[in-house]
Amino acid sequence: MIEVIDTETCTDCNLCVKVCPTNVFDAIADGPPVIARQGDCQTCFMCEVYCPVDSLYVDPDPANSYGLTVENVKQANLFGSYRRSIGWAKETRHLRRVDDHFRLPQ
Amino acid sequence: MTERDPTPGNREFSLEIETDVLVVGGGPAGCWAALNAISAGARVVLVDKGHCGSSGATASAGTQIWYVPPDPRERETAMASREAMGGYLSERRWMVPVLDKTWESVNRLAAWGYPFPSNEQGIEQRISVQGPEYMRLMGRKVKNAGVRILDHSPALELVRDDTGAIAGATGIRRQEGGNWIVRAAAVIMAAGGCAFMSKALGCDVLTGDGYLMAAEAGAELSGMEFSSAYAISPSFASITKTALYRFARFYREDGTLIEGAGSARGRSIIARTLLSEPVYARLDLAETDALKAIMRRAQPNFFIPFDRRGIDPFTERFPVTLRLDGTVRGTGGLRLTGLDCATTVPGLYAAGDNATREPICGGFTGGGSHNAAWAIATGAFAGTAAAKFALKKKPSPVLRRLGRAGYAEAARELDTNAALQAVQQAVFPLDVNYFRTEAALSREVHRLDDLWERLETSGGVSHLDLLRLREVAAMTATARWMYRAALARTETRGMHRRDDFSKQDPAQRHRLIVSGLGHIAVRPEPVEEPIFREAAE
Repeated sequence: MIEVIDTETCTDCNLCVKVCPTNVFDAIADGPPVIARQGDCQTCFMCEVYCPVDSLYVDPDPANSYGLTVENVKQANLFGSYRRSIGWAKETRHLRRVDDHFRLPQ
Repeated sequence: MTERDPTPGNREFSLEIETDVLVVGGGPAGCWAALNAISAGARVVLVDKGHCGSSGATASAGTQIWYVPPDPRERETAMASREAMGGYLSERRWMVPVLDKTWESVNRLAAWGYPFPSNEQGIEQRISVQGPEYMRLMGRKVKNAGVRILDHSPALELVRDDTGAIAGATGIRRQEGGNWIVRAAAVIMAAGGCAFMSKALGCDVLTGDGYLMAAEAGAELSGMEFSSAYAISPSFASITKTALYRFARFYREDGTLIEGAGSARGRSIIARTLLSEPVYARLDLAETDALKAIMRRAQPNFFIPFDRRGIDPFTERFPVTLRLDGTVRGTGGLRLTGLDCATTVPGLYAAGDNATREPICGGFTGGGSHNAAWAIATGAFAGTAAAKFALKKKPSPVLRRLGRAGYAEAARELDTNAALQAVQQAVFPLDVNYFRTEAALSREVHRLDDLWERLETSGGVSHLDLLRLREVAAMTATARWMYRAALARTETRGMHRRDDFSKQDPAQRHRLIVSGLGHIAVRPEPVEEPIFREAAE
């Protein structure tokens, strides 16, 4: 589930508040959004791929919270990793057109 | 009950909108429906519980598509391929138009700029879509076409006019606060299936809301016994992507191989083993680096949990579980009366997972492929038909709101978290829902009936609490329809597996139609004669 918002890099654009299907975040006046309902997170990673500055981190486990910190995620170099892999980061745009389903042996 | 009988301008709703067609749900089916309705000349409003473009199973998961060129031989193979697996409950009079409409629509998607990959000859390959990319594009197309989108605005109940036709819906705005009513001459239910908040990828918003609203209006459902779909996922993750497990072998804790276990026909062996001990997987069968790279480029999301846990799934064993997909990867849903995707209720249409997919899949489907094609095609059919209906309809006043469970006046308190757990305990266990028997199904039906009685008389809660209460009511109703149908089908067919009736019974090659909320009726409905006789199986 959603673990971390890096409030240093977050630009308060509130796109995560908008795209989260289960309404996990709350927008705050003059500041970054907060994780208001962590238990409702369905671990779909949508907030992460939509975040334009890679400030969010979703742990793969939908059932447990691990209390991760910004430092933990930075050290593991995981901020933005999924967004890059689907070609939604500027430097990986060529990957948008890469979908090897048709190359999988049938 | 004046507050249940809204009249315009009574200030009961903080947002009132009048339109021709209301689409409930902003996944693929809802988006295709909205686009087709607006191009047929209708004014269209689309409401989503979450956000149109990122909500639903498709946006986070991605999907293959049943996209088959209009070549007679390829079409014949495509149609014949799943008839036996589906228990001969599909019909070619449906498959032909669905394949045609999917072909046409996916080609439009390419024309709109969806970045399909190309093969070595430079030919675009349009058999699959990446979820985030596909749904972001669809959301934008819908918005740019002039559809009014209300995000984070779940529909909670339908409303009816004095002719008995559906005349819109009401719901809440969970971010802005307040509630809404959309008065519409036609409503398309595209709110998805029901996965019972199992944390299957992107599926927690799919709680059967559309079934409940439609059933309260008198609509029927079909194929609800085909609701025992479970997806393989790492036990520590939500990623219910099963396609790549065909390169996996499955092991016990001590490292011994589980013979016959597999992602397709061997899934029941995984399920049986999980009843008594943990199961581990390893992608042993992907032997070359070239294949491993292809797998990564085919499904980037499959690898998220492994990359984040520092596990190499090709060389290390990892624990897996089966997560219930319910009717999302099952085939049951609202019964359609014809290719216009109308239900039996005037003015009410259904598309995508909200409708039964038996017409093209019978009693078996999987993630994507057929379901993706079904969402595209039925979305288009329903959008066009609903627009035509709406533009011809004479306006008549809204008379009655149809929501019952959760709306009781003499409100009785109900712990929705406890109720949710009770439903999940009835539908998650493999020895109840995957391996079905009369004894276990009857036991759970009685528990669910008791829970339903309490839900029916609940109410008096705030807007936000009402959403969860309605979701739990929808899941409870869905579970009851599933198990009533499962009890009535005393055979094994499609994904429906009765341990006490392990054979397919030729006398039961029919659909099962369920209807009603307090009392649930089940009746058989004949299907078109198959081209291949069942006896030949």
